[in-house]
Amino acid sequence: MWLNQFLVLSAVLFSIGVYGVLARRNGVLVLMSIELILNAVNINLVAFGSYVQTVVGEVFALFVITVAAAEVGVGLAILLLLYRNRRSVDIHDVDMMKG
Amino acid sequence: MGLLGAFATTPAVFAAEAGAEVVKAGGWFLANAWLIPLIPAASFLIILLFGKRMPRGGSEVGITAVAASFVLGLLTLVQWIGAVNAAGDAAVSPAISKWTWWISGGTSFTIGTLVDGLAVALIFVVTLVSLLVHIYSTDYVAGDVRYTHFFAFLSLFTASMLFFVLSENTIQMILGWEMVGVCSFVLIGHWWEEKANSNAALKAFLTNRVGDIGLLIGMAILFFAADSFSVVKINSLAAEGSIAHGLLLAASLCLMAAVMSKSGQFFLHTWLPDAMAGPTPVSALIHAATMVVAGVYMVARLFAVFFEGLAIAGSSVNALAIMGGITTLVGASLAFVQTDIKRVLAYSTISQLGYMVLALGVGAWTAAVFHLFTHAFFKACLFLGSGSVSHAVHSFDMKKDMGGLRKHMPHTFRTFVIASLALAGLAPLAGFWSKDEILAGTGGWGAFGGTGGNGAYTFVLFMAMLTAALTAAYMTRCVYLTFFGTYRGHGHPHESGRRITVPLWILAVFAVGAGWTNLPKGFQIVPKGWREQFGHYVEPRAAEGFYFPHIAHATPSWTLAAFSTLVVLFGLGAAYYYYFVKVRALGGSATELPNGLTSRFRIARLGHRLLARKYYLDHLYTDILAKGTAGPVARGAYWLNQRGIDEVVNQAGRKAVSAGHVLYDKIDQKVVDGVVNATGRASHGAGEEIRRMQTGKVQQYAGVMFVVAALIAVVLILVL
Repeated sequence: MWLNQFLVLSAVLFSIGVYGVLARRNGVLVLMSIELILNAVNINLVAFGSYVQTVVGEVFALFVITVAAAEVGVGLAILLLLYRNRRSVDIHDVDMMKG
Repeated sequence: MGLLGAFATTPAVFAAEAGAEVVKAGGWFLANAWLIPLIPAASFLIILLFGKRMPRGGSEVGITAVAASFVLGLLTLVQWIGAVNAAGDAAVSPAISKWTWWISGGTSFTIGTLVDGLAVALIFVVTLVSLLVHIYSTDYVAGDVRYTHFFAFLSLFTASMLFFVLSENTIQMILGWEMVGVCSFVLIGHWWEEKANSNAALKAFLTNRVGDIGLLIGMAILFFAADSFSVVKINSLAAEGSIAHGLLLAASLCLMAAVMSKSGQFFLHTWLPDAMAGPTPVSALIHAATMVVAGVYMVARLFAVFFEGLAIAGSSVNALAIMGGITTLVGASLAFVQTDIKRVLAYSTISQLGYMVLALGVGAWTAAVFHLFTHAFFKACLFLGSGSVSHAVHSFDMKKDMGGLRKHMPHTFRTFVIASLALAGLAPLAGFWSKDEILAGTGGWGAFGGTGGNGAYTFVLFMAMLTAALTAAYMTRCVYLTFFGTYRGHGHPHESGRRITVPLWILAVFAVGAGWTNLPKGFQIVPKGWREQFGHYVEPRAAEGFYFPHIAHATPSWTLAAFSTLVVLFGLGAAYYYYFVKVRALGGSATELPNGLTSRFRIARLGHRLLARKYYLDHLYTDILAKGTAGPVARGAYWLNQRGIDEVVNQAGRKAVSAGHVLYDKIDQKVVDGVVNATGRASHGAGEEIRRMQTGKVQQYAGVMFVVAALIAVVLILVL
């Protein structure tokens, strides 16, 4: 099996994620895109881990999954509050920090 | 070298390198001094948790705890005196008990106590003043909404200071130092409902933070230089010259910044007068026993560092002496123009702290510690006296609401006058002996025919003399405005209760007698055993490899003492003539002459304005420094902004040309406003540019982040 295949898959996922984060206006989709980025990283970790014959990569991926779950929890809570207050999850509307 | 090891194995007597004997002090109270700060600390917790449910709101716990500490401190003092007596001519090494706190990377951090003469003297002062302040407060803050809270923090304040005083290592010193700062913040802002009070608390805390940076850096330098946190080890290495002079110099300069903020030295002293916003007992505690003397104590504790670092011996000028000298003059001159009685005393404290720092700067170690000792009593007495007055007239304004109080408040009046004379330095009150020892210690003899001293600090002697005259004069003014003339306030003032007057009298007794603990060597009237006792027990005798530097002692001369008394009498007489004769002739309610100096002479008027505005330092800090740095981004950009810098340079240049003609008139108009405007314009312009980056659009931020991350990745790939 080639390491390259995984890396290419991961790169594609990562790019889709970055595109989503930068271009989508729906907050939920932005969060999903972040998940894509994180999972692209996970694929990388596991692939390299198996390539150099160590379990560290998988362990690290598990940590990333845990942290990602927490991050989504916080993110969704923010979005929920945003929706309650503004009746919208469009992140272009939330520019109150404009200097 | 090997001092620490020697302590650990505790031999009864061991000879240091050059053969000078060093005896170890022992005894139960010396070894268990950790109880002294622990008791008030426990009292803090007890009051905080259970105080509200107690019959007297927790004050009884606080008083008991501090009284217990006082007794323990007294027993420690007795044991220390016994140890010094037993040692005879040998030097006595401090009693150290320590425990390992934690070990990190091979460096072990200890916590413990170091008891020597300096520590026991400070413990005595801190616990006694704190005890009296506690008793006084039961009346002064009676009925306050946060009565329990107040006593809890008085306990913690005392505990922090005791912890600091007993510090065995520099980490512990930093800890105590910060704890004292936090407690002062809480207590100054005790009545935080008023904006001015909470502002004053913030100002005190933030100004102290500025100096704390110096403390951290200085202590870090010392740690890396000595490879130890131990006070004794750092001192002995510095004293024997094992640490490079440059390192010691850097460390002492950094630590001086800390002294500047904590002990109210010029130019970070501005928080101290504002700290008067706190309740008066707190002011007394801050000014007499805790907080502000911490800086002086730190210098005295690490004296070998300063002594070697600033090359105090054999010199005629150094940074510490100059800082103290300027502070003492600035404080004394500002005390003149205050109408708030507590502010007069606050500036007086600044001035007296300057005296102590100056004394340390010229190497008169014992004189400085002795002055700290005597000053604590008469300044606490003055503060508590002013509190008693304000308790009666419900104001601090001497000109509007006081006057003629001597008939109404005989006890307060008598104790206040005694303490004022002690502060002015009239023989045989406490202030005279300590002040004169400092004057002698400068070694700036000239015509006075004394001997000794570490160097010829003539300039410093001059500044100290001038301050002596000013001190006598402003205290006379203060006493006249408060207690003489006719009453200008409302209602009928009456003497305070016993819980206020008894502490006042106790302090007044000390204000009279504290100076007799260190009568000078040449004072032949009393037996030899009565002379220089304070120095004998407090100052570590120098031995080779010991933790104290070899300082030279000055022999005071009668000429100097007579001359300084004349100077004080001159200040007293001038102010007496002005207030008690000229002003009084106008009638009891007059407070100033209508056609005084300030109305007749332009220069005097300008001088008065300069003083009334406190040398424009508050303007400098709030208008220029604070406004100019509002917004961290704008601050960074400001310094890059050539226009702004050019503006300041141009203004300063123009100013220098015209300075010869009109000195004060235009400072306000051209320089201050100019710089303020230039700063404002510059930061505004820079802010306008930079705010465009802050769109508030999350995705734009994310985009920047990805681009930067990609760039960093490229750099890493190319470089590695």
